[in-house]
Amino acid sequence: MIAIVDYGVGNLFSLSSSLKALGRTAEITCDPAKLRTADQIILPGVGAFGDARAKLDATGLVPVLLEEAKRKPLLGICLGMQMLFDKSFEYGEHPGLGLVPGEVADLRPDLDDPALKVPHMGWNSLEIVKDDPLFRYFQPGEYVYYVHSFYAKHCAESTLGVSSYGGVSVTGVVRRGNVWGTQFHPEKSGDAGLRLLKAFAEL
Amino acid sequence: MLAKRIIPCLDVKDGRVVKGTNFQGLRDMADPVEMARFYNDSGADELVFYDITASAEGRGLFTDILRRTASEIFIPLTVGGGIRSLDDFDRVLKCGADKVSVNSGAIADPGIIGAAAKKYGNQCVVLSMDVKRVDGQFRVFAKGGREDTGLDAMDWAVKGVADGAGEIVLNSIDTDGVKGGFDLEMLDALAARVSVPIIASGGAGNREHFAELFTHPGIDAGLAASIFHTKQVDIKELKQFLREKGVEMRL
Repeated sequence: MIAIVDYGVGNLFSLSSSLKALGRTAEITCDPAKLRTADQIILPGVGAFGDARAKLDATGLVPVLLEEAKRKPLLGICLGMQMLFDKSFEYGEHPGLGLVPGEVADLRPDLDDPALKVPHMGWNSLEIVKDDPLFRYFQPGEYVYYVHSFYAKHCAESTLGVSSYGGVSVTGVVRRGNVWGTQFHPEKSGDAGLRLLKAFAEL
Repeated sequence: MLAKRIIPCLDVKDGRVVKGTNFQGLRDMADPVEMARFYNDSGADELVFYDITASAEGRGLFTDILRRTASEIFIPLTVGGGIRSLDDFDRVLKCGADKVSVNSGAIADPGIIGAAAKKYGNQCVVLSMDVKRVDGQFRVFAKGGREDTGLDAMDWAVKGVADGAGEIVLNSIDTDGVKGGFDLEMLDALAARVSVPIIASGGAGNREHFAELFTHPGIDAGLAASIFHTKQVDIKELKQFLREKGVEMRL
């Protein structure tokens, strides 16, 4: 069973449907016991960092996540990936979970062309910088679907994949130990995204 | 860099896909879930479902179709038609929509854009506009293109973005159904005023029209219905053709 952490943030319909389409049982849950018995855990998320962090804290699941991340695969998606880092500078400064070294900052000032649109929204190709079992069914350069205005930086050691936007190497996939993160939405990235989820579900 | 997007639009009435010309004379075409599957396999970058049903019964059929589509197709889904309140946003988002487009609903209650953006994020709110030239001005039309609101389209778009719309669909009534190409003049006028993604709609008749569209850097996506539904233009071939022309495409 794959546990999808439910903390009242974002739309989990597609994520649970995509796992079902892969033949996996997915449970949207905020029950610590379910996280403990799950084979893998997915931390989703959309919206603003501070708000999401507060909601996650309110579930009381943070200590469980930190503990479980030591023994089973955990995947953060979009804002869920951003929360894996040490901190974020979205509307102030907020602490992350500290599972992956690095920080989350505004994409806008780092772009080389002020005419470029933010959020970075749409299909961008993912370049693999470090091979990983997560890419077992994924070809370098395949397109994935992004929607975000902040991005992870100072995390080169953990970076597995990047997409290029306005001169910025946008962190697309990270890993540290049992913890993976994708800035894009694999559950919205068509067949390529499903293949990433399939590889995660097999970890 | 981001790829340009090709988006088929499915107008759904009473559980079936229909598409008219100049918004009149609807013709029944196909089953929406079948078509969504076909487009996903063809490489469509996103799907737009437009609910043109008036009855409550039809609305139920629509959300059922949406749920079935979102259970098996994993690309972004935008839903429009009959969106007038936050409850409507909630209803379609729960069925698997990623973005919700407001048109007449925003004209009736401009506050809906800000309220929805605050609740679901700007990326979730699409402002869709039906625009026609009147006395040398780009004018917003309501009620499926039948009613002149008197609003200046460019000012309306700027206000919508300031309120929180994360994307704009610009449908030119002047070129819709004519198949003579997108309304590039109108689209350029919009691109000069807003900095959110622009989806061009109305007028695509062949693949050259898309190639021409994407020479305009401010345009992010091309949307069409009947030319895809009738297979006059095949999305897979279109995207291959555009890539050969140097347009970044997800293949």
